[in-house]
Amino acid sequence: MSARRIFARPARFAAIAPYVWMVLLFLVPFAFVLKISLSQTAIAQPPYEPVFDLTAGRASLEAAFAALSIDNFKLLVSDDLYVYAYVRSLTVAVTATALLLLIGYPIAYGMARLPTRWQAVAMVLVIVPFWTSFLIRIYAWINILQHDGLLNRILLALHLVSQPVVWLSTDSAMYIGIVYSYLPFMILPLYATLAKMEPALEEAASDLGAPPRQVFWLVTFPLSLPGVGAGVLLCFIPIVGEFVIPDLLAGSNSLMIGQTLWLEFFTNKDWPVASAAAIVLLVVLLVPLLLYERLQRRQLEQGR
Amino acid sequence: MRKRSRLSHFNIASLALGLGFLYLPILILVIYSFNASRLVTVWGGWSLRWYHEFFGDRAMIEAAWMSLKVAASSASIATLLGTLAAVALSRGERFGGRTLFSGMLYAPLVMPEVITGLSLLLLFVALNAERGFWTVTIAHTTLTMCFVAVVVQSRLGSLDRSLEEAAMDLGCDPVRAFVAVTLPLIAPAIIAGWMLAFTLSLDDLVIASFTTGPGSATLPIRIYSEVRLGVKPEINAICTLVIGLIAIVIVIASLASKLSSAQGESAAPL
Repeated sequence: MSARRIFARPARFAAIAPYVWMVLLFLVPFAFVLKISLSQTAIAQPPYEPVFDLTAGRASLEAAFAALSIDNFKLLVSDDLYVYAYVRSLTVAVTATALLLLIGYPIAYGMARLPTRWQAVAMVLVIVPFWTSFLIRIYAWINILQHDGLLNRILLALHLVSQPVVWLSTDSAMYIGIVYSYLPFMILPLYATLAKMEPALEEAASDLGAPPRQVFWLVTFPLSLPGVGAGVLLCFIPIVGEFVIPDLLAGSNSLMIGQTLWLEFFTNKDWPVASAAAIVLLVVLLVPLLLYERLQRRQLEQGR
Repeated sequence: MRKRSRLSHFNIASLALGLGFLYLPILILVIYSFNASRLVTVWGGWSLRWYHEFFGDRAMIEAAWMSLKVAASSASIATLLGTLAAVALSRGERFGGRTLFSGMLYAPLVMPEVITGLSLLLLFVALNAERGFWTVTIAHTTLTMCFVAVVVQSRLGSLDRSLEEAAMDLGCDPVRAFVAVTLPLIAPAIIAGWMLAFTLSLDDLVIASFTTGPGSATLPIRIYSEVRLGVKPEINAICTLVIGLIAIVIVIASLASKLSSAQGESAAPL
């Protein structure tokens, strides 16, 4: 038996603790979300009914099962507020992801073309903001975008506008915030594929007479598609459920689904509707989530 | 052979603009935290006034302490569990439910935080657990162990496995080979994983808001409720302190990864 196989045996047991942890704290909770999404709001602690009591005997359990209903989901589908929130979340996520790709690609491309020594420096510079607090970075933008903030003062000083522009509580502020927060997530996977690319391929194309634009669209871009896919998924999925950025930077007249979920839960104390909203969000994100999981697994297990 | 630099003006411009965009807002925030004026947009000279204000604010200090405790505890548990998961995934034999296992580890990386937060809260309520320090710590551990697992797994994947095999050929049993050979080699990645888990926990607002109880707010929860009311110079000071703390953490982590990668790994684990 090879040493590799002997090593693999006990390594398998390393999975036990994290496996149990994730089943209990990641998988099982979804069962509770599903169950409560089928319950009704009640003025009680916890604020929903029916409550399953395993000690109360079979009859009451059956009664509790019978009391479950899909009313909350009917509400989500029939109430314009929720339908609009889902549509808006998807629109915002698609727009923001497109913007991120448009802004992130040239940066990643520039990084990949730096001399090797400088590439490491550039990568650290891109990663550092990802480590700095998310909330703080949004707050930094509130500083800049407020009525008498830096941006308006610069615009006024340059005579580009005659009076201060309202930035806060607008969609533009929200998009600035999203692009700012998620940019490293877009740049890093793009850079990883672009840096691995063989420069000889681009050189061959241009030696054969392709103008730079054609070299990019026929050689560079198609070869970077795995990075594009990873970056897009890494940004798109969390943006759909984003709460903090739209809450602090966008106006309150049109909500994203993360905000309505938050509102139902914390303000209206309507746990069942919040749970139903979470279930629908999860279903919407299921396909991109599965795609992402496959991509991540393939990337990490190439060496096996 | 050294890669020839092929930088165009367009490349340089996009790099400069991109990095400027990433850093300017933070820089402005840090500078204004030393502003003497109460008006956040008027420069009134340098001052440490808002730092004094922060250290006199009991509720803020308590929240900061709570956050540090949660971050340190959850990062430590997450590092242990995440490392075990990474070892199982990259070295273990195929086992039943392996796909489910990796799915459960990778999904939280992108899962919207409102879903993770809500589902954990509902679990805690169903279990009748008292909400506070431990529930937030457990929730953060669940999220951050996935990040640790990815960081450590990518390091394990780039490791030369013949070293472990050589140790066993020379008579080590697998556990001993792991402790004596593999562990020192992946130690820098484990340290970086801990640091990442620590900063993610320190930063989290959404999951903490769902899973905490009355009277145990974390720093982001406090900052958030203040920020909703508008810009305050004291918040600038707190944010600068947090950035300073994270900067120290980053320096340590990057020193660790410098020790780790003699052959520069280009792909970031995310």
